[in-house]
Amino acid sequence: MLRDLRPAAILVVLLTLLTGVVLPLATTGLATAAFPFQARGSLVARDGKIIGSALIGQNFTAARYFHPRPSATTEPDPKDSSKTVPVPYAADNSAGSNLAPTAKALIDRVKADLAAAGAAPVPADAVTTSASGLDPEISPENATRQVARVAAARHWPEATVRAVLAAHTRLPVLGFIGERRVNVLELNRALDEVRAP
Amino acid sequence: MTISGWAEVALTLALILLAAWPVGLHIARAVEGERTFLHPILAPLERVLYAAAGVDPERGMGWQSYASALLVLNALHFLMLYAMLRLQWVLPLNPDHLAGMSPRLAFNTAMSFVTNTNWQAYSGETTLSPGSQMWGLTSHMFVSAGTGIAAAVALARAFARGGMETLGNFWADLTRIVLYVLVPIAIVAGLALVALGVPQTLATHADATTLEGAQQTISMGPVALMEAIKELGTNGGGYFNANSAHPFENPNAWSSLLEMLLVFLIPIGLTFTFGRIVGDPRQGHALLAVIGIFVVAAVACAYAAEAHANPLLTALGVDPPQGNLEGKEIRFGIPLSVLFNVITTATSCGAVNAMLDSFMPLGGMVPMFLIQLGEIVPGGVGSGLYGLLVFALLAVFVAGLMVGRTPEYLGKKIQAKEVKLAMLAVLILPLSILGGTALSLVLPQVAASLGNAGPHGLSEMLYAFTSATGNNGSAFAGLSADTPWLDTTLGIAMLLGRFAFLVPVLALAGSLAAKVKVPASSGTFPTHGPLFVGLLVGVIVILGGLQFMPALALGPLAEHFVLFAGKTY
Repeated sequence: MLRDLRPAAILVVLLTLLTGVVLPLATTGLATAAFPFQARGSLVARDGKIIGSALIGQNFTAARYFHPRPSATTEPDPKDSSKTVPVPYAADNSAGSNLAPTAKALIDRVKADLAAAGAAPVPADAVTTSASGLDPEISPENATRQVARVAAARHWPEATVRAVLAAHTRLPVLGFIGERRVNVLELNRALDEVRAP
Repeated sequence: MTISGWAEVALTLALILLAAWPVGLHIARAVEGERTFLHPILAPLERVLYAAAGVDPERGMGWQSYASALLVLNALHFLMLYAMLRLQWVLPLNPDHLAGMSPRLAFNTAMSFVTNTNWQAYSGETTLSPGSQMWGLTSHMFVSAGTGIAAAVALARAFARGGMETLGNFWADLTRIVLYVLVPIAIVAGLALVALGVPQTLATHADATTLEGAQQTISMGPVALMEAIKELGTNGGGYFNANSAHPFENPNAWSSLLEMLLVFLIPIGLTFTFGRIVGDPRQGHALLAVIGIFVVAAVACAYAAEAHANPLLTALGVDPPQGNLEGKEIRFGIPLSVLFNVITTATSCGAVNAMLDSFMPLGGMVPMFLIQLGEIVPGGVGSGLYGLLVFALLAVFVAGLMVGRTPEYLGKKIQAKEVKLAMLAVLILPLSILGGTALSLVLPQVAASLGNAGPHGLSEMLYAFTSATGNNGSAFAGLSADTPWLDTTLGIAMLLGRFAFLVPVLALAGSLAAKVKVPASSGTFPTHGPLFVGLLVGVIVILGGLQFMPALALGPLAEHFVLFAGKTY
């Protein structure tokens, strides 16, 4: 055992330097050179100001915007740091609800969200939280149900909103790889750029 | 379930098979010191490492020396990580001035990464600096993966020839695996992940002003390389709390496909490595067939469970066709969520792209059962192969009992000593999983950690000890695991699951290596045919799985029936 100490210690140190320092820094350099947008977090800007990341969901509550899925993320309570308060789409503290399918808390939460969601049946993604709490996307069914509200709030014909939605609906590659989905930030940004008809 | 969902499953598994075959053969060449296409670049570095450490890569080690080198290196590595986590506040690359970890959490985390478990009782983005994630966690992912593969190679060599006194050189095995296998694949995969959207930056966050004018702090960091080795080394520890469900770890269906491929690449590839080392590829194919049977069955069960919407929500007016979507991401949907989590629990990876705690009862039971089988179908990098070989020995022993012949595996006689060592290793699992769960649930202050009530609470605790002992690292994450009791006991469970299994396996390898190789005769039970495959599947289910049935009946199975009876907790 003792005679193993020297080679073990040296290998541990050298392999740590190689795989824990040189390799991550080299990868960072290569990645930033080859894919600067992605390597820095796919940040999107408007008028020179960062408005978010193309990959990270953000919360929308105004009627003129499409709304994302509910989110289970939290932040420390400013009044008592040992507790947390719900802050949807807190992108510095990803988390799912981790509620069991038999959890009363899940049923109560969905009941409350359904009351605001309109006529049944409601698409599941409109009333379920995602695994990360940062899901940037919703289903086309969920988005379609929101068209009337968004159009009314913007005083636009529904067809205009529907056209923007259709242009930003992504389909599975080759018909089976991935899901049908709509990126909410991308869609809302596109709406803001439409010249009022 | 949909046809397009199954098409995604079939495509993924086919790509994995195609990629794993050459990688497996490359591993066999690399560990034997044969020249590979990477030697012109990496051989000088390899020689420098040997010279600095003062090791002779040609010097063979007996099993005791091999085990001693492995244990000493891992012990030092554990101490180093513990120190790094405690001293985070004085170490560089900590722009947010995060504090050091508490002693118990640092113990749990260091144990978790040294044992290739990557159980996360902490939340990555709020607890660890980019520095700690790089030289603390990322480097451990390389070395713990290398340790597992080295041990599997040592056991495979024991079957290759007769009358051997040594199993190879641990220092050389580890160095070659890290240099010629893990590092090159991790760089290529890391850059591919960046291209797909995974960040790799030293910045810790970006501040955004949302379209509605709110402030959003977006955590990031050197994620892509860690993501690549996290999957490739079946480690599973995410940069972020939400692991591979976080859009920065796994931005789309393509990144999910690539990550699944990386997880299975080495465990599946090692069946080909094994075939080459023992000089009979059919032996590796038989093991692969066993793995395939379990994986496909697990995907089918979990997919069927998750494609079914939660009946309690359907009754309230939620549209059922999207399935059980709580704790899942839109971009993966049901098929990729199910396949990803089956693949990462069939191996000891434990990365998740959906929250297992919110799976349907039977959907969550599948990952738990896969781990309880012993993380062998195909299991972690290396640890899966040596675990599966232990079961293969038990299978030929059972077959030998039935016909009254001394059992043989690959020409090596399996005698009392080997069977005792195999059983010693296998018994660690129920002891640690069932013992730890039972003890924790009767302590009142521990039960307060449970995030959900009713049978699901039992599932949460059972899953925690299953995951820790199996060195998996996934969780029913509603459990608040950072408590003195759970940090300590789960840390010990990880230690037992890794090293109390590994040492008997190396002893077994030493004992087998010394035996003469008996030529096959007409009375030899062939271990490459369908009969052996069926027998091994049966032995794994009966010996590995059956002992957990009572616990599963009280947890997920009970929850399944109360769910469909409409009861909540």
